[in-house]
Amino acid sequence: MKYVIIGNSAAAVGCIEGLRKCDKSGSITVISDETHHVYSRPLISYYLAGKVKPDNMVYRHKDFYEKNNVTTMFGRKAVSIDPKAKKVALDNGKSVAYDKLLIATGSSPFVPPTQGLKDQSNVFTFLKYDDALGIEKLINPQSRVVVVGAGLIGLKAAEGLAPVTGGVDVIELAPRVLPMILDEQAAAPVQKRLEENGITFHLGITAEKVVGDKKVEKVILKDGTELPCDVLVMGVGVRPNVAEAKAAGVEVNRGIIVDDAMRTNVKDIYAAGDVTEGVDLITGERKIMALWPNAYAQGRAAAYDMCGSKDDFDGVFPMNAVGFFGLSMITAGIQGGDGIEVLVKRNEQTGATRRFFVKDDKLVGMILVGDVDRAGIYTYLISEKIPLSSLDKALTDDNFGLNALGYEKMKERISS
Amino acid sequence: MKKVYADEKWCLGCGLCKVYCRTSHSQTLDIIKAHKLESPRPVERLHIETGDKVNFALQCRHCDDPKCVQACITGAMQKDPETGLVLNETERCVGCWTCVLACPFGAIVRDEGSKKVAAKCDLCAAMGEPECVKHCPNNALKYEDRGESL
Amino acid sequence: MSLQLGWPDYLVERDENRCIQCEVCAKQCANEVHKLDPDTGKMVADEAKCVNCHRCVALCPTRALKIRVNDLEFKPNANWTSNSIKEIYKQAATGSVLLSGMGNPKPFPIYWDKMLINASQVTNPSIDPLREPMETGVMLGRKPAKLEFDKNGKLLTKMPPQIKLSVPLMFSAMSFGSISRNAHEALARAATELGILYNTGEGGLAKEFYQYGQNTIVQVASGRFGVHAEYLNTGAMLEIKIGQGAKPGIGGHLPGEKVGEQVSMARMIPQGSDAISPAPHHDIYSIEDLRQLIYSLKEATNYTKPVSVKIAAVHNAPAIASGIARAGADVIAIDGFRGGTGAAPQRVRDNVGIPIELALAAVDQRLREESIRHEVSLVVAGSIRSSADVVKAIALGADACYIGSSALLAIGCHMCQTCYTGKCNWGIATQRDDLVKRLNPDVATQRLVNLVNAWHHEIDEMLGGMGINAIESLRGNRLMLRGLGLNQKELDVLGIKHAGE
Repeated sequence: MKYVIIGNSAAAVGCIEGLRKCDKSGSITVISDETHHVYSRPLISYYLAGKVKPDNMVYRHKDFYEKNNVTTMFGRKAVSIDPKAKKVALDNGKSVAYDKLLIATGSSPFVPPTQGLKDQSNVFTFLKYDDALGIEKLINPQSRVVVVGAGLIGLKAAEGLAPVTGGVDVIELAPRVLPMILDEQAAAPVQKRLEENGITFHLGITAEKVVGDKKVEKVILKDGTELPCDVLVMGVGVRPNVAEAKAAGVEVNRGIIVDDAMRTNVKDIYAAGDVTEGVDLITGERKIMALWPNAYAQGRAAAYDMCGSKDDFDGVFPMNAVGFFGLSMITAGIQGGDGIEVLVKRNEQTGATRRFFVKDDKLVGMILVGDVDRAGIYTYLISEKIPLSSLDKALTDDNFGLNALGYEKMKERISS
Repeated sequence: MKKVYADEKWCLGCGLCKVYCRTSHSQTLDIIKAHKLESPRPVERLHIETGDKVNFALQCRHCDDPKCVQACITGAMQKDPETGLVLNETERCVGCWTCVLACPFGAIVRDEGSKKVAAKCDLCAAMGEPECVKHCPNNALKYEDRGESL
Repeated sequence: MSLQLGWPDYLVERDENRCIQCEVCAKQCANEVHKLDPDTGKMVADEAKCVNCHRCVALCPTRALKIRVNDLEFKPNANWTSNSIKEIYKQAATGSVLLSGMGNPKPFPIYWDKMLINASQVTNPSIDPLREPMETGVMLGRKPAKLEFDKNGKLLTKMPPQIKLSVPLMFSAMSFGSISRNAHEALARAATELGILYNTGEGGLAKEFYQYGQNTIVQVASGRFGVHAEYLNTGAMLEIKIGQGAKPGIGGHLPGEKVGEQVSMARMIPQGSDAISPAPHHDIYSIEDLRQLIYSLKEATNYTKPVSVKIAAVHNAPAIASGIARAGADVIAIDGFRGGTGAAPQRVRDNVGIPIELALAAVDQRLREESIRHEVSLVVAGSIRSSADVVKAIALGADACYIGSSALLAIGCHMCQTCYTGKCNWGIATQRDDLVKRLNPDVATQRLVNLVNAWHHEIDEMLGGMGINAIESLRGNRLMLRGLGLNQKELDVLGIKHAGE
């Protein structure tokens, strides 16, 4: 059996490890346009801040491909897929045959057209290790950095750069930071913590234009504010890399459409990770859920279906664990909407808050800021869709834990 | 594989398991120095749930298919194929707490000492027998293989 | 009255160099002595509440705690001791009867410690218990005056019911209500494993313990708690409790707070109601009445089980015992003045009754003189503290010994004597679920079995040392004992010679 994977990040690793559980002998080939051994993408900001050494950037140990008997083709781009001949054509003219194919091409940052923005040498997006390596060459403790976008990528870039430069300005269209995963209440302490650490925010506004020829020297906002700029980081958003899939006849919306087993509409072609539009376990809707743990889980689910394993795929839903300068946050599910009740637990002394979003007697979302201990128990309630009325305690109770599941269920869990 | 199982009938919620867990994960392995001298203070790797009628200590279940390993963004969290232990390679851990988000037992402890890392029960691999089991004053913890898996 | 005339009995000493503020002491003290002071971050103790039970001392992982008797002193006074004075202060403050738990702590003479055991030398060789079999088994029950056999050697005489014990020990009566359900489970399981009996006390018997019936003595006390036909037939032996060594002449009282669901069911009384055992059985006002009750019980159990009568050791114990034997009892249990209790008025416990050693010797002697010694087995109680006490008791005439305080000490009791508060930190003398949990029956059973096994081995050693290989040969064998420092009267009552004679 020939398994071919286009992509070399979380979903690819999930697929490889899933395949090797049930098929020790089939051949696995990984094609990637990046040249690095699989690395942990979220770590690139830690790398810039000096918190992670280059050796520890790897997601799996150096012998990963060898131990799992994987043939690697790095620095190669897959340019087209022929579903009838079951072949993938590479940019060097060669082609690779497959029995089962996984498209795990992830997404690429998009740069919105901005007046004055050409291909200046100090403009970066922030997704790849190479981006971090490029930025690293240009910064020093006096550099001024401008980041466009206060989403996860933009803030992580700002967090990584603030301690090693002269300061970071962040521009964001929405009126708050992390607009996609936090509401106003939760966003406020996060913004404050970032501001205390050398980051200045310009919210509810966009950049009018950038000034500079070979290098961007200034960014000018719509209200006329001028921001000095040594390095410009665009963290506005990403788009799934669907071009080759679409050309091959795979059904694509914004991302590649996949079912519960990660199959596309084309036989023997699967997709996993940031490139997909999967089903949100909580809402039942299709959406792109571009998160590291979800990508791994999806890659593995695809593998199970490819080799006919009986292992389950639990499904994914949006969830995030992120921290900025010591302030930890965990979010999951949905944070508002019709028919949603909000339960709040607040620690008056520390200011930490836990907010729970309940719909139809089930937990459908949460935002925990500051006190994230044992959050996984709530994740369990969400994914198992446990009726809250069957619990022995309220979500906001101090002593909430496995004991809230009731004696029988608790006993079953702790005896596993 | 042998794991630590709590018997909630006998747990008194006294907290001695935490004291010995910290000590067995300290630098000096001395109970007084571990708690009074070492800085940062070693962190215990279990939670104790207390209630009106029932208490129990909760350690990592060393699941067969650990959710924390799947979720870990750096690959630091791994299941050792030989021993079955789920361990955190703290060198590579960056304290993002994605494992805390994933673990359905809430078994992971946040070690916010000098370097933020996820701390978890390692069945006292270095000590031979889990210290919590050894020192429970009421026989409420057992170290045995029940053939259970998750 | 806000001015306290007295002061705390105990001092809590904490070695700050060792304390790691783990708060285990605070969590484990039912009297709420210890607490973490949030302002200083250090542990503090309110010694006024301490009862010296040592729970915190035993659990402290760094052994940082010590409880000392408060050595604050009055002007030295051999008559007005510290305790005498403080007890007056207490009564002036409360107007109440002073209560206490466990046995008489006053320095009355301990006769066990004034008797010495013989050993063989030269003419009567000693026996090595590791090489020779030692018969420590005992049969309790009425023995016939004569045995008759047919010409083939088969026994013709019908034997009254007998109980076989593997060692001359049984666990004394401690009611469910005064001690916890877990303590009862441990006693029942240990008795079963050891081949001896335990006693329900006057608290009745919960259904879940019927499985240990073959090793259970079911007691019928003055309150008749839990007494019904099935109860009687489940036990191996029945015991009518006339008196108790710790509080002769008065009844018992279990406060309503301790009568929860389980106690209520076992005793057959409503939950929350006080359980009062009257001083006399209100249907026993003469020896004939006692005989009637004994035979009612035998009828109810079809004459298949021996009936024991338990009395406190008081002044005319010998005469009472003689009457009881003639009334048809198979076993007489005598409880000396050192016997333990869950709660008794302190003055009665400390001043009423006589030592078991003297009572035993006197009763055994009287029954022999009346030629009715064979009609009953004698079981003694009232602070049997070691295997040496057991050997001496048998030599004085006992068939077996009951152990109560020793058994509780074995499973964790620290003799703080505050059982009556119901806050026993060791899970023994309490009905609070969170405290009862502290007594894990698996652990407690093992401890009881260990204790009795250890005493068994020691008895073997002492028997072998005397050149005896069966308990039967020691029973009533006063020649094996010598007194030391006893006056002639005491020697006469005990029926032993002085050392050197």
